Amino acid sequence: MLSQTAKLNTKIFDKDVEQAPIRKGFGEGLLIAGKADEQVVALCADLTESTKMDLFAKEFPKRFIEVGVAEQNLVTVASGMAAMGKIPFVSSYAMFSPGRNWEQIRTTITYNDRPVKIVGSHAGISVGPDGGTHQAIEDIALMRVMPRMVVLSPCDAIEAKKATIAAAKNGTPVYLRLAREKTPIITTEDTPFEIGKAQIFFAPEKKAQVGIIATGALVARALNVAHSLSDKGIAVKVVNLATIKPLDTEAVLNLAKEAGAIVTVEEHQIAGGMGSAVAECLAKWLPTPQEFIGVHDQFGQSGTMDELISHYHMDEKAIEEAVKSVLQRKK
Amino acid sequence: MSDLSDQKVKELELQANSIRISIIEMLVEAGSGHTAGPLGMADIFTALYFHILKHDPKKPDWAERDRLVLSNGHICPVYYSTLAHAGYFPVKELLTLRKFGTRLQGHPHREYLPIVETSSGPLGAGLSQAVGMAIADRMDKGVSSDRFIYALTSDGEHDEGNTWEAVLMAGKEKLHNLIAIMDRNNIQIDGFTEDIMPLESVRAKYEAFNWHVIEIDGHDMREIVDAVEQAKAIFEKPKMIIAHTIPGKGVKEFERKYEWHGKPPNKEEAAMALKELRTLGGKIRSEHE
Ligand SMILES: Cc1ncc(C[n+]2csc(CCOP(=O)(O)OP(=O)(O)O)c2C)c(N)n1
Ligand SMILES: [Mg+2]
Repeated sequence: MLSQTAKLNTKIFDKDVEQAPIRKGFGEGLLIAGKADEQVVALCADLTESTKMDLFAKEFPKRFIEVGVAEQNLVTVASGMAAMGKIPFVSSYAMFSPGRNWEQIRTTITYNDRPVKIVGSHAGISVGPDGGTHQAIEDIALMRVMPRMVVLSPCDAIEAKKATIAAAKNGTPVYLRLAREKTPIITTEDTPFEIGKAQIFFAPEKKAQVGIIATGALVARALNVAHSLSDKGIAVKVVNLATIKPLDTEAVLNLAKEAGAIVTVEEHQIAGGMGSAVAECLAKWLPTPQEFIGVHDQFGQSGTMDELISHYHMDEKAIEEAVKSVLQRKK
Repeated sequence: MSDLSDQKVKELELQANSIRISIIEMLVEAGSGHTAGPLGMADIFTALYFHILKHDPKKPDWAERDRLVLSNGHICPVYYSTLAHAGYFPVKELLTLRKFGTRLQGHPHREYLPIVETSSGPLGAGLSQAVGMAIADRMDKGVSSDRFIYALTSDGEHDEGNTWEAVLMAGKEKLHNLIAIMDRNNIQIDGFTEDIMPLESVRAKYEAFNWHVIEIDGHDMREIVDAVEQAKAIFEKPKMIIAHTIPGKGVKEFERKYEWHGKPPNKEEAAMALKELRTLGGKIRSEHE
């Protein structure tokens, strides 16, 4: 059953569920954050429209800075502006920021503790036809390994809007991961959002046999699996992990305690991603069988979102198989 | 002046036109991809692969071949189209662009298509690789090497620090075997280059970094060929050919508009574009009419 407290979109399992790109929510959120606080500024590296920074740029042309195709300059200029009290949001494609400018982010933003908000759009393989060079599937690892960095990975456009507004206020460096393609709207305006808090999105009536922890656009597919397995008598609980760092260890441990088996689901390399963060927590506090949905040490390639999600074993079929195989491993 | 005959110039121009036709056909079939840059660079790619480069489509791994690094990988439709027309793979394979399982990835990928010298797409990294190739070439062949390293770059990627690190180093190393060509089309994604991040005077900048600079009309076959001849004759410096091009060249509707940087034509736009190209801008009747 869909969780009542999460106040989710009741149409989520309908064929015609409303869809929107996650990045769109960022654009709307940034405009709201900009209206609420005039210290909020925005910088972009020649991708203003596709990263959805154009809404802010039009409303606040004096607080928008175009740096050109120069991602290293993008984050270092932002660091300087943060040093003067600004709250900079910087956007590009995730492959180029934080892909290209990692050390600059490390030294000038996190080492210096500057509240710069790094917005990585077009993350994941779902960016599709552009091919492997443009498919960032290493960015969660790159960002979560950095001390002080908060890592946010919203599951839909509405959650992305809330994450953006929250990031403007939280006072720390933040990485906000966004996807390009349209994906289902899972949450509603009333769904609670708090940085650092995981949320139960789907809870079976009886005790869960398997717990899924999902992040980003794949949360919708995880929900589909839990829904269809409940019809087959397999009880699966789904937790949406919108904040990958700091990890909500309490939520992770509660789920592991109840279900005794975990599947993590993310559109990212298995090495170093959200599943790794969960495994680090479980290995220390409550060793639990875990299956990982993600990319297995490969690069992406051209194709449509759906072709690639199934080719790299991140679709409903693959998630269902992972649930079944982790069930077998339960003691 | 070049020894290109009028006949040869005509042949090259017709070849460039066929390459443009294929670019439109592949983009409309792919449903995504870049239009402006590829059309604008069709004349230069034609001159390179059908007259200038030392290469052999039957022996793509021939060690003595000239090397060509395409730094601005998003213009790969013109690269793929030229390679196909030059005989590296069947022209009909162009219609697989960007589809699942294709060798013609959205941006060039060496794993899928080993005849490309390097994978690209992320901007600003090509010139440094060409510098590396030129240094290695000089180590192996000495200063009288007649194997040249060509680096194709865009104006937009001159925003990247990585590009300028390579420019500085090539000047230091006096890489006579390095011939760079810039697609100076004045557009990038967010607008015109001089509004986004002004580059002018880009000629003076290169000269200050100890490069020899030649400026040409990038749609004039004789000027393209002459520039490369001149570049080969200059010994003490790396060479930059600033090729002034018209983004979208060949299709009036698409020309000079940065909006055409990163979208493909739809079916109607493609039909209009193909008609214009097949009739050489209305000069001849199309056999398709
Ligand atoms: C490192 C990097 N940052 C951003 C991009 C996204 N991008 C692709 S093309 C482009 C515009 C570059 O301008 P130019 O190469 O002059 O484009 P054209 O003239 O072909 O329109 C940008 C920003 C990229 N490919 N690589
Ligand atoms: Mg350009």
